[in-house]
Order: sequence, then structure tokens, then C-alpha cells
Amino acid sequence: ALTGCVAGSGEGGPSSSRVFVVRRDQDIYIQTLRKLFNESHGIFIGLQRSEEELAGRSRKAQLVQVSKNYRSVIRACMEDMHQAAISARDPALHSQYITQVSILSAMELIWNLCEILFVEAAAAGLLLLRLLDWVRLHVCDVESMVREVLSSENPSKHELFWNVVDVFVLQGRMDEARHLLSKEASANPMSVNMCKILDDLMKKMPVPSLGNTQTLTEMELKWQHWHEECQRCLQEGTFASNSHMESICKILLGDEDAILEKKELMTTWYHFLVTRLLYSHPTVKPVELQFYAQACMDLFLGGESSPEPLDTILIAAFEFEMHQVIKECSIVLSNWWFVAHLTDLLDHCKLLQSHNLCFGSNMRESLLLEYASGLFSHHSLWQLGVDYFDHCPEYGRAYLELHIERIPLNTEQKALKVLRICEQRQMHEQVRSICKIMAMKALRNNRLGSALSWSIRAKDAAFATLISDRFLKDYCERGCFSDLDLIDNLGPSMLLSDRLTFLGKYREFHRLYGEKRFSEAAKLLLMLMTAHIAPCSFWMTLLTDALPLLEQKEVIFSVEQTYELMRCLEDLTAGKSDKQKFQDDDVENIKVEMLRLALARNLARVIVKEGTLEGS
Amino acid sequence: QDNRVSIWSVGDLGNAGISGEYQGEPQLLCDIRHNGDVMDMQFLDQERIVVASSTGTVTVFRHHQNNQTLSANHRWEKAHYHVDQDTSCGGAACTGVICNNPEIVTVGEDGRINLFRADQKAAIRTIDNADSSTLHAVTFLRTTEILTVNSIGQLKIWDLRQQRNEPSQILSLTGDRVPLHCVDRHPNQQHIVATGGQDGMLSVWDIRQGTMPVSLLNAHEAEMWEVHFHPSNPDHLFTCSEDGSLWHWDTSTDVSEKPSFLHQGGRSTTYFSHNTINQSVVSAWLSNDPTKDRMEITNLIPNQTLSVNSLDILGPCLVYGTDAEAIYVNRQLFA
Repeated sequence: ALTGCVAGSGEGGPSSSRVFVVRRDQDIYIQTLRKLFNESHGIFIGLQRSEEELAGRSRKAQLVQVSKNYRSVIRACMEDMHQAAISARDPALHSQYITQVSILSAMELIWNLCEILFVEAAAAGLLLLRLLDWVRLHVCDVESMVREVLSSENPSKHELFWNVVDVFVLQGRMDEARHLLSKEASANPMSVNMCKILDDLMKKMPVPSLGNTQTLTEMELKWQHWHEECQRCLQEGTFASNSHMESICKILLGDEDAILEKKELMTTWYHFLVTRLLYSHPTVKPVELQFYAQACMDLFLGGESSPEPLDTILIAAFEFEMHQVIKECSIVLSNWWFVAHLTDLLDHCKLLQSHNLCFGSNMRESLLLEYASGLFSHHSLWQLGVDYFDHCPEYGRAYLELHIERIPLNTEQKALKVLRICEQRQMHEQVRSICKIMAMKALRNNRLGSALSWSIRAKDAAFATLISDRFLKDYCERGCFSDLDLIDNLGPSMLLSDRLTFLGKYREFHRLYGEKRFSEAAKLLLMLMTAHIAPCSFWMTLLTDALPLLEQKEVIFSVEQTYELMRCLEDLTAGKSDKQKFQDDDVENIKVEMLRLALARNLARVIVKEGTLEGS
Repeated sequence: QDNRVSIWSVGDLGNAGISGEYQGEPQLLCDIRHNGDVMDMQFLDQERIVVASSTGTVTVFRHHQNNQTLSANHRWEKAHYHVDQDTSCGGAACTGVICNNPEIVTVGEDGRINLFRADQKAAIRTIDNADSSTLHAVTFLRTTEILTVNSIGQLKIWDLRQQRNEPSQILSLTGDRVPLHCVDRHPNQQHIVATGGQDGMLSVWDIRQGTMPVSLLNAHEAEMWEVHFHPSNPDHLFTCSEDGSLWHWDTSTDVSEKPSFLHQGGRSTTYFSHNTINQSVVSAWLSNDPTKDRMEITNLIPNQTLSVNSLDILGPCLVYGTDAEAIYVNRQLFA
């Protein structure tokens, strides 16, 4: 979540101190990027769940589709970002969006190249076609010019006409170039012959075919013949009178200088590379690319400018140095999204050897962990992070355990979601701790029912005891129960803790008393004490509750029961030393006295009653 | 946090093509900033929406259709709060809102029930400590009666005409007191109520009879967040859950529809089926014998990932939102 920049103090030496400026990862808070994170999460999960049993070509096709899905998400994001840039009124915001658009564009460029070279692993022939598509997709500076010329009334009279023809030729768009040539032919009768010849050459140019209609060797032969024909045309001076057409012919022959002349129309060195390959070595093999790549870049930049990070990354890709690509991208990009997902995809293609890093996990996992950790600092995107951790076999769980406890729980619904995640992964410690936090909050707000509900979820007997003590305390202070709706309806959850059971039973006693079912109430009361369900501290209260039952007109307690009660009372008072008895309230002593009296009286009455014979 | 309440347009139903699928994405018409999470919302009338916030505030927004803007019409701050307002846990989320123009009832984590009237500043009535646990949802049984569900598995019926602050009836689940998260009343039969719980179980209750649910249906694998009867086709029920699924429960039986159409020779099936299905619905939802009335249950989400938090239905249109920050619209529900 945190990117660090070091702003150190200048001096070295033993006592040099440094100041670290630590900054939050800003990207996750950019509104338009959220779509990227959410959608790619879906694609990521789909990839992890996809069948590994599919072998060979169908698996490769599946992986290529996944790669295309990722790319379309990037492009969708670019669109949104572009729209946002247009509608942004604040210039700083506008420039931020424009920067983001160019970063996304670069990411898509790199990803596309990686897809061609690594995921699809296009072989010679197909390789060139894919590279041509790649270039056509990423050269946009010329689009407006092309549109302008095509939509004008008389295209061949337009000053940029030949530029557009050149663009088509450079991008290998032969049909469109021929179409424009025909316009020139019809507009300019003098050049009809030349146009026809050039058109013919373009038509006959052999291209690698997608199907299996020809082998590479066949294609190379055809191409060789065609190349010689173009050579002848040039040497015979067919196009001598028209410099534009002559330069096009030279381009068709793969003349480096002729192609380089059109630098502004290509704008990038990799466009130059692909054009050169198209016209000098269309059956180039993947391993041969690296030799051409570096040379083309040097020629194109020509010592005027030094390679930018993007260029270094592309060169690394052409050299099939996957680790280098990932390393460079990690350095340049401000967040881990790109490298994490690309590495994961390459790992699924079984292209990355397990490259053990110093802390033991592999590169894929460490990048995913970094990315997911970053998500956890966001108030909403953390949910995506959970799934990423799930798919990191070594450290994912440990990371998840640490992160999940630190999510701020400002509503119960959020707490419930976090709990569900923990329960599904058997993270019992976390469940207990989160429930305890929520229960404490509820208790502090006097929401005893909520507190109980949380302790039931965590099966936390200790907390249930705490809550019951609270209820009992309230009762002692106020003489009546609060939240009867809760206590009366505890159901099986009553068994969670002894104190809770006592609370439920005690309330039942009160209910029985209220319904005048005295003998049942009496039995219950006695049972609460003798079965030791009641805490000792509460016995005095229970005995005091017994008083009205003892004072009833009708005798309720039997002899045994009365003896039991007396025993309880003695147990209670025997525990206290004389000194304590002296310090005790007068009220306490009076209570004890009254109880003794009442018990004695009851005993007397019940002995007589039980001893009396019926009838007569 | 930048939370917003937004209004989207999903295109003209009249322009639905043959497939009817890609009529373009929903278009954002207008939105407005909202303080706190949106816990629940409902239309009060054609123009006004009541929104419940996690800060405990209830806001009424007005949608101005002429210039497509939203404005805050009325706000009840601190409709829900905990007693100790000084601590950071002083705010209590408002968890549910239900409207019956002009009345608005809200419930919250503070166990409080509020009755508001749309244009009046103060609450008409407040029942403090209506519940010792969190109230998760509320619905109207009749114009003067509401039903609430809470986190200890109880349904409470409150008669608003009476002044005492006690529920007139309490119903609860048998067995474990699993928290109940959502509730909905059958559109035509006021005694049939469906609730969804934390264990993903769907319970159907007959308010007139007893204090226990009529049927318990094992549904989702995690919390059921919302349950809705289809407003005009009540033999269809929809539930959505934390486990990422959205289920369509269909108790309409085919048998009664086909012959009726044939016999009536051209009269619309919808009219006729309304009458006969009404009878079978009573037995369908309240039936204890699952073999007698077959129920079709379909999961409408093919690749489920994150939780489906909310859903709503109107006519043939279903809309739902997920934790993957996506809204889905299905405009041909019964096709």
C-alpha cells in the first residue's frame, strides 16, 4: 500500500540520518481505475478456476482469450479515462487523466506484445501478421491525416495524399494503398502506366497465410521471386519520373534508408522494426527478433534521444527476457496491478521457472501479495484482495489473517461480511476477536440483545456470562428486568453459558410467580440453588424472593424443601465471619432474621399439614 | 469516501430488438453525493427517494426530471443514534426504510423505530428501545401495522395506532435464534410474509397462525440480504445473498395456465392466471408438502464471485448490484 521515496540527507558517514517520505498508493483511489480492478478480478478468478485438464491447443486458445479479456478491460478503462479528461474542467485533473491514459496505453502495448510473443507464442509467419496488427493498433497519430485525405473531394489532389499512401504501405495495408493509387490513376492520365505496374506489384506481394495452404519455404520462394521483380522495376527506372512512387518501390524492396526517411509517419522505432521485417524478412522467427530489434531502435533514435523505459521493456520482450520485462515494469509503474496479473498469466502458461526469491516464495506469489495488500488499504476494494490472497498458496493465508483484522468495521453489515470471509476459511481466532469487538461496542451502547447475538455467533461463553451479569445487575438495581423480549425468547442459546441459563430460568421463575403457579415456581427456585445454577452472589436475592412464597396463606414448600432452604441460608451465613456479620448492614441482618423466622414458621405449618390425616 | 446516489436510464423498452440484450449500457442520468454508506432506499413517489445512511441520517432526495438533477429535499439527522454520542461508536446505522406515501418508517442498529411524514420536520412517532438488538428490516403489513425483523431471529408486529411501545405480536424461529436480515410481505395476501436469515435460509410465515414459520427452505450458503415477492406476479420470489447467487423461486404451476388459455379462446393468460394462481399461491407458499406443488428454483448468476447485496424487480425487469461494484439489469426476466 505504501510507496516509498527516499529523501536522504547528503552527508554519508557513521551518523548520517535519513528522512523517508512515505506515500500512500494513490492509484487505487482514482475513480476510473476501479473498473480496471473490479473487472480484472473477475478475469483473474475465472483463470484460476479454469480447467487445467485442457491440453495443448485448446488450453493455449483459452489463455489467449484470457489475455485478450485483460486487454479489453484496459482499453475500456482508457476510454473512460479519456472521457473523464475531456470533461474535466480543472487543468491539473485534466493533465492527470491524460497522463493516466498514456500509462494505460503503454500497458496495453506491452501486454499485447507479451501476448503475441509469450502467451500465443506465434511462430514464424503468423508472427509477422500479429506484429502488423499490433503496430496498426498502436499508431494513432496518423489517423486524423488519413481521415482528412480520404474524406476530401479529390484525394489525389490533396497535399498529404502521398503521405497517406506511404502510411498504408508502411503498415502493410496493401488493399487500401491500391485503392488510393487507382484514384491517382484516374485523376492523372500521365501516370496511369506507372500506377498499374505499382498496383500489380502490390497485388502480387506474398504474405504469410493463416491457414495451412502454404509452407514457409513455399512462401519464401514466392517472396524471393517477387522481390526480384520489384528490383527489376526499380533498376529499369519504371518509376523514375515520379519520386513518390519510386520511394514506395524502394520501401517494397526493404531499403532501410527509404523506410527511415518516413520517420514521422512511423513515429516509433518498433513500427520501423515491423515495417523493415515485412519488407526484408517476412518469415522471421521469434528467436531472430532480438537481433533486428536493437539495431532498429538504434537506427531510428539515431543518437538524438536515449531510450525511454518503455523502449527498454519492449527490447527485453523481443529478447524473450520475461523476468527482465517484469522487473522493468515493476520499477516504472506506480502500482502492482500490471505485473501481478501479467505474471500470473505467464505462470499459467507454464513459462516462469520457479525463481526462488530470498524469502522463499516465488515471483508470481510475491507480486500478487503486494498487489492484494495494496487493495486492503481501500475501504471497498479490500474484498477483491481476499480472493487474491486465497490463490497464494504459501503466504496468502498469513497475509489475510493479518489484514482482515484491521479493516475498520463501521457498520454491522461490514462486520458480517468480514466474519463470513473468516468463517469460510476456518479463521477461528479472527472470528472470535471480531465478534468480541462488536459485542463490546454493543454492550457499551447498551444494546444487550446485539451483544448477545454476537457472542452466540462466536460461541463465546465468557462473553455471554458477562452479558447475563449485566442483566442481573440491572435487575438488582432496578427491581425489574430490561429487555424482556430478549430474555423471554432465548431459546436454545440459553445453554451457551451457565449464567445465561440461570438468567433464563430466573425470568421463568418470575413468570410462574406472576401466573400464580406457586408450587412450580417454588420448585424452580429451589432447583436454581441446589443445582448450583445460581451464582453464590445471587443466593440472597433468591432467598428473599422465596419470602413471599413462605408468607402465602397456603403452604407451598414441603418439609424437605423447607429444610433445603434452611440449609442454603445457613451455608450462606456460615461463610461470613463474626466480624463481617458485625460490619454488615442492619438491613442484611434483618433480612436474615426475617428469613429464619419465615422458614421456621413454614416448617411448623408444613409439619402439621403433612402430619395430619385426611378425612374424618 | 465518495458515496453517491445515482439515477440511471436503461433505455426504452419500446426499442427492444429481437434479442433485446444489448440495448446499450445503462446511462447515468444524474447523481448526488451521499454521506455514509447507503444502507437502504426506496421510492416514496414518482419523484422522491428516501435513503437510509450508515451515519443514522435519513434523507429524502428529489429527482427533477426536467433537467435531470437530484437534490436533497429533506433530511432527518441522527434519526438513529446510540445513547453515548461522545464515543466514536455514537453513530448508529439506519438499516431499513419502508414507504407508504406520505409515511416513512425507518429502523436501525439502535433498535429504534421512527415514523416520519414526508414534509414534516420532526418525527411523528419514535419508539425508543423497541428492540434490544439490531433491527435489520421493516415492512408494512397494513397501513397501520408494521413488521420488523431483528438479529435474534424475531419478527415483531407493531400497531401504530396504539400508543404503547410494545409489539402487538412476537414470532420467532424455532431452534437457534439466527439473525434475520430481510423481510417482504406478499403483495396480495397480507398474512404471508417471507424472511431471510444469516444462515441463508428462507422462511415463509403465516401471521394469522401461530408464532412459528410455516416453511423453512434451505437456500443460500451465506447471509440472505434481500427477499422480494414480484409485485405483480407474486408466485415468483427473488432472493440474493452474500454467497454471490440470486435465486428465482417459481411456484407458478404450468398446468393451470395452458388449458385456461385454450378454453377461453384468446383471452389473455395473464388475466385468467391471476385468478386461479391466486388460489394455488396460498397453498404454494404455505404448503408443507413440497411434493404436491413443485417449486422451480433457478440461480440467475452464471459465474458467481462476490456478494449480491441488493435486488429489485418491476414487471419483466430485474436489477441487482454486487460487491464487485457492478450493476446488472435483466429486462427479459420471463422470456
